Amino acid sequence: MATCTETLADDQPIIRCRGVTVGFGDKLILENLDLDVRRGEILGFVGGSGTGKSVLMRTILGLNPKRAGSVEVFGHDLDRVEPAVRTGVERCWGVLFQHGALFSSLTVKQNVQVPMREHMKLSERLMDDLARLKLALVGLPPDAADKYPSELSGGMIKRASLARALALDPAIVFLDEPTSGLDPIGAGDFDDLIAKLRDTLGLTVFMVTHDLDSLATVCDRIAVLGNRRVLVDGTLETMLAFDHPWVKAYFRGTRARGIAARGL
Amino acid sequence: MGFDAALQRWSPVRPRLDLEADGATPRIVASGDWTIRTAGEIEKRLDEVVREVSGAAEIDVGGIGQIDTAGVVLIDRLIVGAAEGQRRLVGLDETRAVLFAEVASADRRAPEAKPRPRSVRVWIEYLGMLGVGFVAEARAILILLGGVAQVVALACRHPSRIRFIPFVHQLERTALAATPIITLMSFLIGCIIAQQGAFYFRRFGADLYVVDMVGVLTLREIAVLLTAIMVAGRSGSSFTAELGSMKMREEVDALKVIGLDPVEVLVVPRLFALMLALPILTFLSDLASLLGAAIVCNTYGGIPTETFLQRLKEAVQMRTFLVGIAKAPFMALIIGLVASVEGLAVKGSAESLGTQTTQSVVKAIFMVIVVDGIFAMFYAAAGV
Repeated sequence: MATCTETLADDQPIIRCRGVTVGFGDKLILENLDLDVRRGEILGFVGGSGTGKSVLMRTILGLNPKRAGSVEVFGHDLDRVEPAVRTGVERCWGVLFQHGALFSSLTVKQNVQVPMREHMKLSERLMDDLARLKLALVGLPPDAADKYPSELSGGMIKRASLARALALDPAIVFLDEPTSGLDPIGAGDFDDLIAKLRDTLGLTVFMVTHDLDSLATVCDRIAVLGNRRVLVDGTLETMLAFDHPWVKAYFRGTRARGIAARGL
Repeated sequence: MGFDAALQRWSPVRPRLDLEADGATPRIVASGDWTIRTAGEIEKRLDEVVREVSGAAEIDVGGIGQIDTAGVVLIDRLIVGAAEGQRRLVGLDETRAVLFAEVASADRRAPEAKPRPRSVRVWIEYLGMLGVGFVAEARAILILLGGVAQVVALACRHPSRIRFIPFVHQLERTALAATPIITLMSFLIGCIIAQQGAFYFRRFGADLYVVDMVGVLTLREIAVLLTAIMVAGRSGSSFTAELGSMKMREEVDALKVIGLDPVEVLVVPRLFALMLALPILTFLSDLASLLGAAIVCNTYGGIPTETFLQRLKEAVQMRTFLVGIAKAPFMALIIGLVASVEGLAVKGSAESLGTQTTQSVVKAIFMVIVVDGIFAMFYAAAGV
């Protein structure tokens, strides 16, 4: 249903990373990493602090240079495409940065309208209508629209930032720790919201997260980053059965008792 | 695959909206792609249809190819345009029904706009705010000055509390790092004043008086004034930006809750470094501009350097130099205070940081000139 994926065959992954190597100075963060993100799935991406989860996300988005390997988004290798295709791809993804990254000199509504104003030719009325719809979809009250980011709470900033990521109805959204800093109820609502958007809009979601509840409730597939590559990917059952000290500690530690009980 | 082909595949099927009014109830048939990329071109046609059709109608959305929330929002206008229950959607599959229900249930009302006050009133209010702002700012500067005095008093009783290393670090940044540009600027100003002076004094046959003019002018006024303006632009702006971004990221609040006084930790080392740096820089500026003047007098004015120095010795005394350099610490004080007050007034946004930095430099330079004027009056009254 989603636009932007017309160029892909049905079984082709929406993102295809092959042999991705990223390093800073003489330190390698990612080495020879392979990862596929399939269409319409919610992929949860976990890993210890500092293993390079955000680095991988930024590499896919083209914000970090890579030393080797290729990243294909919607079937286009972004290092090799013409600028016009790249712009096309950029209209088809939305990104929720860890700290929101809302433009602080614009109101929430103007923030959501930035991608529409820059990339599309729409009337003010339609843009207002769409911005209010997106804000309502992410669960913000109508009076938040005219507030500035500095007047919002942390949870509201995340929601507003998600609304901006969804402004152009992207085919894929990247979420960097969307539920960190939210209370459990808010985090649960956020998870429901993501699942609902996936079901209604056919969204693909790439979610970097530490939230075990999100992993258990909304993620279709989980990938674990460690030793500079993807250690294992699969469902929660695969994670629980996988024999690796970090994966074991993560999915079967004291904080994971709830999901272990649910999963087994 | 060439990018033309890639874009071709991305280009959507043009949306259409047809009105079939032959049956008992009119049918509105939508087809093509209804996405955010096509919403712009179909919106006008849609609003026409909204105006044309009143009362009951059937909306057939079965022929729509791609659809996203923008398309649904547009179709939704057809539904909310009529009384409840008069419009019926047909041709929805299950997922699209969910999408339509989701959009229809979202609260998209604009919050009530506040009534806009009359323009004269806005203008008067703005004027009042300016006045209040001026008083508030003067108050903030005085409060900060009081805070600084408190810290100094405390440091006199407990010398161990003096933060020597930050002070030296700030001194390096404000004095040493500024030396090349300040001396270069002063050298050039010295050259220019000497050239202009030589040019005009030559007409009266008073060639040698150029030395008097350059000496008195640079030592008393130009060196200290230009150095202070340069420092206000250079160090004042960086104080404001540093304190402002620390304020934005709650670092100033973190200092407070740890039990540290931001004035003691952040403001005092910078302020005192600046108050020492400005006299040093003024002295260097004096030397550089006199050097520039001597070189120009030698090459352009035909005054040998020996004569220049002799004449300079007669023209200026120690007092001339002291009169100039005595102003420097006061100018530094006002630059540092203004920069710190503006920095601590930064609010949450990046725009506010920019505004306050601009304000800081503009106000500091203005205040430097005001202080210079006050000194001129003071010296005149005191007869120096």
